[in-house]
Amino acid sequence: MLQTPSQTVGPYFAYGLAPEQYLYDFKSLVGNEMVNPLDHEDAITIVGKVFDGQGVMIPDAMIEIWQNDGQHQLFGRFGTGTDVESRFVFYTLKPVAFNGQAPHLSVIIFMRGQQIHSYTRIYFSDEVEENSKDEVLNLVPEGRRHTLIAKKKGSTYEFNIYMQGDNETVFFDI
Amino acid sequence: MSQIIYNSFDREVQPAYLTPEYKSTIYRAPQKPLVLLKQSLSELTGPVFGDFNVGPLDHDLTKNTVKNGEPIGERIIVHGKVMNENGLPIPNTLIEIWQANSAGRYVHKVDQHEAPLDPNFLGAGRCMTDTNGNYKFYTIKPGAYPWGNHYNAWRPNHIHFSLFGVNITNRLVTQMYFPGDPLLAYDPVFLSVPEKGRELLVSKFDLSATEPSFALGYRFDFVLRGYKQTPFETL
Ligand SMILES: [Fe+2]
Repeated sequence: MLQTPSQTVGPYFAYGLAPEQYLYDFKSLVGNEMVNPLDHEDAITIVGKVFDGQGVMIPDAMIEIWQNDGQHQLFGRFGTGTDVESRFVFYTLKPVAFNGQAPHLSVIIFMRGQQIHSYTRIYFSDEVEENSKDEVLNLVPEGRRHTLIAKKKGSTYEFNIYMQGDNETVFFDI
Repeated sequence: MSQIIYNSFDREVQPAYLTPEYKSTIYRAPQKPLVLLKQSLSELTGPVFGDFNVGPLDHDLTKNTVKNGEPIGERIIVHGKVMNENGLPIPNTLIEIWQANSAGRYVHKVDQHEAPLDPNFLGAGRCMTDTNGNYKFYTIKPGAYPWGNHYNAWRPNHIHFSLFGVNITNRLVTQMYFPGDPLLAYDPVFLSVPEKGRELLVSKFDLSATEPSFALGYRFDFVLRGYKQTPFETL
């Protein structure tokens, strides 16, 4: 059987996929609190922006994060359209190394102008040793690895996504 | 021993990232080659929504947000089956939909198309597939709407769909179209799909799903990425 072709998420997904975040009167099934930060002292914050090929912030992207490190299975979704700086924000527990892989999160990116979603991963800047042994990071040309590593600033990790350009984020064929 | 490897996107039916006729792709399509990843626990699992309480009317867009009456427009039923490339049904998976109202207007705040909003129609819904992979929505047929891609550009009638499947390789966001729509021949979003894949995005009128004196039925099946079983790599 042939795969159903993908089509863009378009500009108007908010009231269907993230209604509470965008203040529509409809219940959200999922949001950006993969864990409630008030319940977890050790929760981390992931924050970032998405940039297009002209360096312009993208205010109509939707980001999903999937975490399965053998200990926790967590999922979050957030649109870049409700923050004045078009940021996405997620709250989760820091993943642990598992099966020889460095701690990481799987990221799925959707937006108007993308006919198929993009996959990437978030690694962590304070896991230098684990990162150096990670099979997936080692597949990536050395000069591009930094695009997959979130920068630690306190309990917050900053991860920007560049769709194009010299710093284009590494996207995976998974 | 063997292991399961999920298939990649089938480039014979999937659109390319860059399709300049659809102008927004020009600065948003990745330009560097994708890095092929060996699938691990992260890729071979995904969110399970069984625990979420999908509301009893969430699958019925004609009822799930009414304020003071019924939504205006032609009631329709959209149903079908979710499968994978191996032909196996995918039970208990979440499907989310969103669409314009019958006048071609989205509730979304950035939609400035001068067509009326419908106080009784948000245009969003969701359901889980049943144990055989089947799903069913009740809704209002969406109208066509203009967009700014080029002079006199109109999107064909369509419903947006989001599916999860069994793991994150299965994730699919797409649009369902209606049979015989003359706008399909002019729509760069639809036409970005290789010819071989286009008919897969057009629903079929289904008299057997049509409810007498109530609503027309349309059938739309989904095929998510399947898998191959390969002998275990010996190290
Ligand atoms: Fe649309």
